[in-house]
Amino acid sequence: MNFSLTKEQEMVRKLMKEFSENEVKPIAAEVDETERFPRETVEKMARYDIMGIPFPKQYGGAGGDNLSYAIAVEELSKVCGTTGVILSAHTSLGAHPIYQYGTEEQKMKYLVPLAKGEKLGAFGLTEPNAGTDSSAQQTVAVLDGDNYILNGSKVFITNGGEADIYIIFAMTDKSKGNKGISAFIVEKEFKGFSIGKKEDKMGIRGSSTTELIFENCIVPKENLLGQVGKGFGIAMQTLDGGRIGIAAQALGIAEGALDECAKYMKERKQFGKPLAAFQGLQWMVAEMATKVEAAKLLVYSAADKKDKKLPFSAEAAMAKLFAAEAAMEVTTKAVQIFGGYGYTRDYPVERMMRDAKITEIYEGTSQVQKMVIAAKVLK
Amino acid sequence: MGVKIFSEKCKGCKLCIKACPFNAIVMKDGKAVLNDNCTGCGACETSCKFKAIIVEKVEKETKDLSGYKGVWVFAEQRNGKLMGTAFELIGEGRKLADKLGVELSAVLLGYNVAGLTDELIHHGADKVILAEHPELKLYTTDGYTKVITDLVNSKKPEIILIGATNIGRDLGPRIAARLDTGLTADCTKLEIDDEQKILLQTRPAFGGNIMATIITPNHRPQMATVRPGVMKKMSADSSRKGIVDKVDVVLDKKDIRTVVKEVVKSAKQAVNLIDAEVIVSGGRGLGNPEGFKLIGELAAELGGVVGSSRAAVDSGWISQDHQVGQTGKTVRPKIYIACGISGAIQHLAGMQSSDCIIAVNKNPDAPIFDVADYGIVGDLYKVIPMMVEEIKKVKEA
Amino acid sequence: MKIIVCIKQVPDTNEVKLDPKTGTLIRDGVPSIINHDDMNALEEALKLKDRYEDVEITVLTMGPPQADVALREALAMGADRAILVSDRAVAGSDTWATSNTLTAAIKKIGSYDMIFCGRQAIDGDTAQVGPQIAEKLDLPQVTYVQKMEVKGDTVTVQRALEDGYEIIDVKMPCVLTAIKELNSPRYASVSGIFDAYREKNVEVWSAKDIEVDLAIIGLNGSPTNVRRTFTPDPKGKGTMIPGCDKGTVCELFNILKEKHII
Repeated sequence: MNFSLTKEQEMVRKLMKEFSENEVKPIAAEVDETERFPRETVEKMARYDIMGIPFPKQYGGAGGDNLSYAIAVEELSKVCGTTGVILSAHTSLGAHPIYQYGTEEQKMKYLVPLAKGEKLGAFGLTEPNAGTDSSAQQTVAVLDGDNYILNGSKVFITNGGEADIYIIFAMTDKSKGNKGISAFIVEKEFKGFSIGKKEDKMGIRGSSTTELIFENCIVPKENLLGQVGKGFGIAMQTLDGGRIGIAAQALGIAEGALDECAKYMKERKQFGKPLAAFQGLQWMVAEMATKVEAAKLLVYSAADKKDKKLPFSAEAAMAKLFAAEAAMEVTTKAVQIFGGYGYTRDYPVERMMRDAKITEIYEGTSQVQKMVIAAKVLK
Repeated sequence: MGVKIFSEKCKGCKLCIKACPFNAIVMKDGKAVLNDNCTGCGACETSCKFKAIIVEKVEKETKDLSGYKGVWVFAEQRNGKLMGTAFELIGEGRKLADKLGVELSAVLLGYNVAGLTDELIHHGADKVILAEHPELKLYTTDGYTKVITDLVNSKKPEIILIGATNIGRDLGPRIAARLDTGLTADCTKLEIDDEQKILLQTRPAFGGNIMATIITPNHRPQMATVRPGVMKKMSADSSRKGIVDKVDVVLDKKDIRTVVKEVVKSAKQAVNLIDAEVIVSGGRGLGNPEGFKLIGELAAELGGVVGSSRAAVDSGWISQDHQVGQTGKTVRPKIYIACGISGAIQHLAGMQSSDCIIAVNKNPDAPIFDVADYGIVGDLYKVIPMMVEEIKKVKEA
Repeated sequence: MKIIVCIKQVPDTNEVKLDPKTGTLIRDGVPSIINHDDMNALEEALKLKDRYEDVEITVLTMGPPQADVALREALAMGADRAILVSDRAVAGSDTWATSNTLTAAIKKIGSYDMIFCGRQAIDGDTAQVGPQIAEKLDLPQVTYVQKMEVKGDTVTVQRALEDGYEIIDVKMPCVLTAIKELNSPRYASVSGIFDAYREKNVEVWSAKDIEVDLAIIGLNGSPTNVRRTFTPDPKGKGTMIPGCDKGTVCELFNILKEKHII
């Protein structure tokens, strides 16, 4: 067992730390406050090959690994949860299914610009009536000559409206239930595809979360991703990988809050001594730090398993479950330690607390993670 | 010279590890061991209570250095006007020369600059070595290096001081390399060793976190560049007499491999921190570049200039010419007001000899309060406007 | 065009703090970085490589084996070749001895059109090694480069002065030293990082490899020696004026007036 990062991974961490501190942190509060999608950060990330870390160079990627990618999301999320999820949704949900299931032509046409960061990716599975029960898809795709015609709508789509390329799931055969779902690559420009309402969210407010609307949307037949009827499997396996990204985001948010606490506790004085000198608070940070470290090991281990092509589905679920709950707990305690100041927007911990909550919900709620884990244990 | 640790005497107390500025000592099997970082500075020798560390001095073949006599200072002029550093060097060089009982010479290079020699003598030089040539009108590395090394080779001074200006720091290393002698950069203190009669050159090192005293035991001349603004010039005495030694200059256009096409005075007003009597500085605590407007307002009311910490410069809030500290300017104004500056050592190094330091900071434990004469704990955005108002009142009264 | 960029791995002195109790340096957790000005030198070389074809960048450093990571970072940013001169014999070098070592290494590299250094390293702040390399290679130098342009075999440089700048023409080969104002260095790219470790190589040279006279390098070859080091004494603590309101400010000014400071 080896618990240390490789030299490459260490240097990726150093790069991402500097990048996050210099390019992301200074605008994090403003992006949150104004609900602004930080397009300039996406462009900068593209310049440094951050948008395609785990993909091979032949497909425009950086030729890196999933652990390096997780570290990138973690470091971004330490200072800005919004930027963390933009990268995570783009890489794991937008680009990865094409890498995994796409034809060579699809990879050249779509994965290359995604991995290079010239295009932004997104993933559309959830519907108003198909959340945790994602098999209850109502969007339909009907083959008409050389095209599929899509009708229906998707909700809560991360990077919605900002993304150029969407992985969309739709029923090609309603009678077959799960086995009637297929996956499609949909370009933003396709006729009949439009962006609906943008959500006004509690946290990750700079990330664009929207409705997607398909009204007789024309998708060329060659944009079918994988085989007809195999969409549900594609969705589930994509989410397995995506959970590593979200777990890394949760981990980063928790670490960011812990860092802020450590700094504040040494500065802030009450009763004539710094907060750091109070045992009650020391115990709180000790617990927070322990949770963070445990979450980190789970996240890195899941990413490492994926890199080694070992089964990682349950591990990814465990990592996301634990890291998300750790993020919620650590950020809540951080606000508590900051007291009244923590509740104000003068300090970043309240933003971190708001950002943390979503990690318990999206890409499978904590309850779904438990279903995945239990299924593995009890099989 | 080399550091040696006698492991049989080492008790593993780790005091030397704490004392080492270069992270060059590690513990191995309970004993201190040196690694490649060792620079032989000897800081560990005195830290060891068990005499387990010895700095060995290799007895080198001692050269006959007695032929080198006298102290020289480089009298830098630009555009026919002497730089302040020339007078500071004469002030300092005077003390060294008196202690050694030798002559103090100012070396003046240029074209049509003979009129400046009186000024140098009035400020304390015994002699001015005057080298004039059309090719010396503007500073060039090649031209000035050649003329000065030729002079050194024929006249053999024991000490040369050069102001650590952008020109001095270009010229000094080049001369030292050509003469194959040592050069100590950016010194803030110079003394003569009582016994050996050699120059003790003290300068900040490691980002100003430590001071190091450097010697050049076996090479002559002993060369140092000296930080502008640190040494004190003497007041001019027009009754002082001295000699002007006008030397022949052998210099050809071919000797100079760079062409100075233009000298441009910066359009933006140069920030003259060094001569300012009042400096109001802002740091990371301002939170944003806008904060410098407020700092500027206070500075203007006091007739002073705006300074900054390195952190504010690194954040891109203000240009580098405002920076005070180890890597910026060393200042000693009458009043230094530090606003939102925590007081990193590297900042303190550049301002702690100010006559009166006033600090405003939110954090009562900020190290800036350790050097401040007066401190106010509070939000600078509240305190500064009140100060501005108060000064207006004082002025009206 | 062949460019040699000399870099140094330094402790981030901004992160160094003093232990208030013992007065000693706290070095734990102080990260090692590529010296700031050297990054500007490397960035300028990389910009030339972006702009012109046939630019080859070699990064050169002298240091302990750990300096490998600094060279890898330079490779990850886009340098083509990296050389580490590492030998116990060079330990403790002053600037004169350091420039002897680097000069020997540059002679072994052989061909070059431009040698780019940072103005000075943040752990020593001497600004001497660049000019001393130039002297030993008998090359023209321009220090404090804040802007530059290459045309044919001539480099037109803005050299910063305290109150402005000079415009200087210099023919290649030459030595230049960069300051912060020259550019803003890029980050390493993620793919660059993987290439730096998987595709590229750091050559490690000993003193023997560069055929340098051992008498002119290292501690024993250095004309200057450190006699002693010490921590500067902090000034005594002053007066804290209580409160943070009009009264506080008023009191401060009363004291200043009393003491004839204003």
